[in-house]
Amino acid sequence: MIPAGAVNAAYLAAAVLFILSLGGLSRRESAARGNLCGIAGMALALAATLLGHDTGPGAVLAAVMLAGGLLGALAAARVRMTAMPQLVAMLHSFVGLAAALVGFATFLNAGDARSAAEQTIFEIEICLGVLIGALTFSGSLAAFGKLQALLSSAPLLLPARHFLNLCMLLACIYFGAVFVGGAPEEKLPALLWVCALALLLGIHMVLAIGGADMPVVISMLNSYSGWAAAATGFMLANDLLIITGALVGSSGAILSYIMCRAMNRRFVSVILGGFGATAGGASGGAKNGDEKHAETITAAETAALLGRASSLVIVPGYGMAVAQAQHPLSELTRRLRELGVNVRFGIHPVAGRMPGHMNVLLAEAKIPYDIVLEMDAINPDLPRTDAVLVIGANDIVNPSALDSEDSPIAGMPVLEVWRARDVIVLKRSMASGYAGVENPLFFRGNTRMLFGDARDAIEEVLRAVDG
Amino acid sequence: MNIGIPKETRPGERRVACTPGEVGALRELGHRVLVERDAGDAAGFSEADYEQAGAAQAADAREVWRQAELICKVHPPSPEEAEWLGDGKTLISFFWPAQNPKLLAQLAAQGAHVLAMDAVPRISRAQKLDALSSMAHVAGYRAALEAGQYYGRFFTGQITAAGKIPPARVLVIGAGVAGLSAVGAAAGLGAVVRAFDTRPEVREQVQSMNAEFLEINVREESGGGGGYARVMSEEYIKAEMELFAAQARESDIIITTALVPGKPAPKLITEAMVQSMPGGGVLVDLAAEQGGNCELTEPGKAVVRHGIHIVGYTDFPSRMAAQSSELYAANIRHLIAELTPARDGVLVADMNDRVIRATTVAHRGAVTWPPPEPEPPKAAAPAPAPAEEPEPPAPAKKSSRARGFAVFAGLAVGVAAVLAMGAVAPPSFMRHFIVFVLACFVGWQVVWNVTPALHTPLMSVTNAISSIIVIGALLQAGSADWRWLALGALLLASVNIAGGFLVTQRMLRMFQK
Repeated sequence: MIPAGAVNAAYLAAAVLFILSLGGLSRRESAARGNLCGIAGMALALAATLLGHDTGPGAVLAAVMLAGGLLGALAAARVRMTAMPQLVAMLHSFVGLAAALVGFATFLNAGDARSAAEQTIFEIEICLGVLIGALTFSGSLAAFGKLQALLSSAPLLLPARHFLNLCMLLACIYFGAVFVGGAPEEKLPALLWVCALALLLGIHMVLAIGGADMPVVISMLNSYSGWAAAATGFMLANDLLIITGALVGSSGAILSYIMCRAMNRRFVSVILGGFGATAGGASGGAKNGDEKHAETITAAETAALLGRASSLVIVPGYGMAVAQAQHPLSELTRRLRELGVNVRFGIHPVAGRMPGHMNVLLAEAKIPYDIVLEMDAINPDLPRTDAVLVIGANDIVNPSALDSEDSPIAGMPVLEVWRARDVIVLKRSMASGYAGVENPLFFRGNTRMLFGDARDAIEEVLRAVDG
Repeated sequence: MNIGIPKETRPGERRVACTPGEVGALRELGHRVLVERDAGDAAGFSEADYEQAGAAQAADAREVWRQAELICKVHPPSPEEAEWLGDGKTLISFFWPAQNPKLLAQLAAQGAHVLAMDAVPRISRAQKLDALSSMAHVAGYRAALEAGQYYGRFFTGQITAAGKIPPARVLVIGAGVAGLSAVGAAAGLGAVVRAFDTRPEVREQVQSMNAEFLEINVREESGGGGGYARVMSEEYIKAEMELFAAQARESDIIITTALVPGKPAPKLITEAMVQSMPGGGVLVDLAAEQGGNCELTEPGKAVVRHGIHIVGYTDFPSRMAAQSSELYAANIRHLIAELTPARDGVLVADMNDRVIRATTVAHRGAVTWPPPEPEPPKAAAPAPAPAEEPEPPAPAKKSSRARGFAVFAGLAVGVAAVLAMGAVAPPSFMRHFIVFVLACFVGWQVVWNVTPALHTPLMSVTNAISSIIVIGALLQAGSADWRWLALGALLLASVNIAGGFLVTQRMLRMFQK
């Protein structure tokens, strides 16, 4: 056993390493170093805890940790990059469940050496830890189910669902009060009730949110998993847990905020769910009245057009990820760059199912990151761009977000691809996007539709470029 | 409907109102196309081309005018042609109703339906019908080439074995459609191009074409109606003339395109400025038809004054007849597509449609020019329209003030809550709470500027870090009673630690230049 002072010093060092880790992850040049900082911090914290506290028989711990570590390593090595959101959701659920378990264990193992006020606060902390942990766990599982397509990605809209949520929340508070104030034999059932209600609440909340809002849900769950760790830290009076939990919690909150801003929506309205079910249907019907004509284009013509362009911006969306089109796209990019075309990528913040999803997919396909630009960087250049290729994206390139006041997506920042000279939209069909809004882009004079599966179509274009 | 394409009768005109390429598109709209035998010859479209595209041939103009119900032309009809345009016939052409009131009245009296291509409103929806822009585009391009024709040197600068060739210095005055087209053509040939316009908002367009935008430091707005410039103040004009005088001394080629609608072209280049130009220079005056921007311009002619070529042609589009015919024919085809919404060959003139209403100058025996001011949306939907314009500033101000208040209120509530908590909570809790709040702020500051590309790795690394909960599991694993709970948590957290860090590393390794 090393002295408590040394353990605390190690915790301090670990906390600093975690801060450096997050700081490093905000820029590409320092990102790898940031990850290493995180690993070092975690190792330091583990070592100090094992050496500084009585943690029971080492062999059992080692076996459990080794098994868990192997499982994690296997998952990390195996996961396909398109399945990244699912993996992240799954890992979030683990943190939540672990927090809930630690909460129960702390309660069951607790001694009595506390003043009355301290005892009350301690119990509130346990209650909160279990609540947030269980919420994170079930919410993440539901998100995993949606992303893995085990559950329908359409929002589940129960009647009076806001009322239902409110009731569950009030019941949680009630049982929490019973847990804190009640007699000793009432405490465990009350805590179990809190846990069960939190599980239900987590599932219900995520199910009510549609597939395209997943980036917000994932970053929100990321934030929750941090708060769960912080609550555990309070309960165990451990500053390292508190600091780390707060870091992760605020980082997830920032990501959620960024995602909401990218959709011009308020966090609360995303969380309450049900977007697009009513507003989209109405305006879609109204606009279908006058028949419009969208011009189509073949793969060979696309190849000719792209080859002639001096600058090209590619806008990928979730459709690219679904079709696994990033690899042929990378090859196409390479060929076009050889032909002297200035190829760049424009990424909307909420493209895909998780923050930064598109960047990871493009990086996996070995597309150089310095030609992958975000929306604000590419928008001013679009009027000077010869051609834009939109792949499997819809709402994020919808001009009615800017010029139609009554559109459900009005005010959402979008990639203004229609300002380019020519726009080619590669899509499966004319179906409207997630928001259910018709996209006037498809009927613009400078837009051509290339219908088909993204992967097949790009491979065909690639053959035409080569041929 | 039979669409007739007669040969243009104005002397020197080479354009034609329909090209073989557009014949197919018109047939797809359900129309028949009848072309006078040699209508396209001057523009390089042969009889065989039209025949192949599916057009019928007419031996002479008389037959076209008799058989067709819809006549498409470039110029307004001659007196003889006007006689043939009887009741039930439709004409699409440039018409210039302001200059041809007599002709317009005559056609209206005969019951003809006349659509003037020069009356297409300048709104985004009608851009594809905008033949004036198409022709201005061609004219600007041609102006740069005409300049090159008379200029005895290269446009582009080069260094050769024999010595250095300096690039041509081109000044373009007026950066409308024609001006920008001239800028683009000259810059494309390698010249050093400067452009001037009274409207500062075109600066970006000029710069985007690799040209320098010249400015005057007199503050004045000149956003006239419909994308044209308006007449400027005296002070401004004085500054402008000084700029031109200075620029003329170092410009090998000057292309002027300045027009003010309904007025003679402003005289911007004086005889003295021409004299000061370097020898062998060229001035192309695209405003020659309206009197010219240069004092020495002779409309319709190219002359040499003080050793400078002054080109005052008035038929630039006709000098590129193939290209301008194609563009003009496409504009006309788009108009016909608007007129046959059902694609069934039946002409429907919807006079409630803003574009068709503005373009129609004679209809059902009446002169319908000039069109009423563009107000119909207000009349059609009185409720939503007026509410839109003046409102926005007020709520914006209110909401920013409201937001400020909300932030302040939030802060006050937060501070009060913390104080209240401090009053009852034990000191040990407050110590942890301080750490917690500070850590939140640190996290906020550190993560705030994350690049969007790294959102996913950031999330997976925070996920790994949040499995610091493993420490809680370890601390609880020490007590004997409920060890399995703690061991379960330990297992989950271990999966997370390894999975989170490793997958982050895998992703980061993929990011490469």
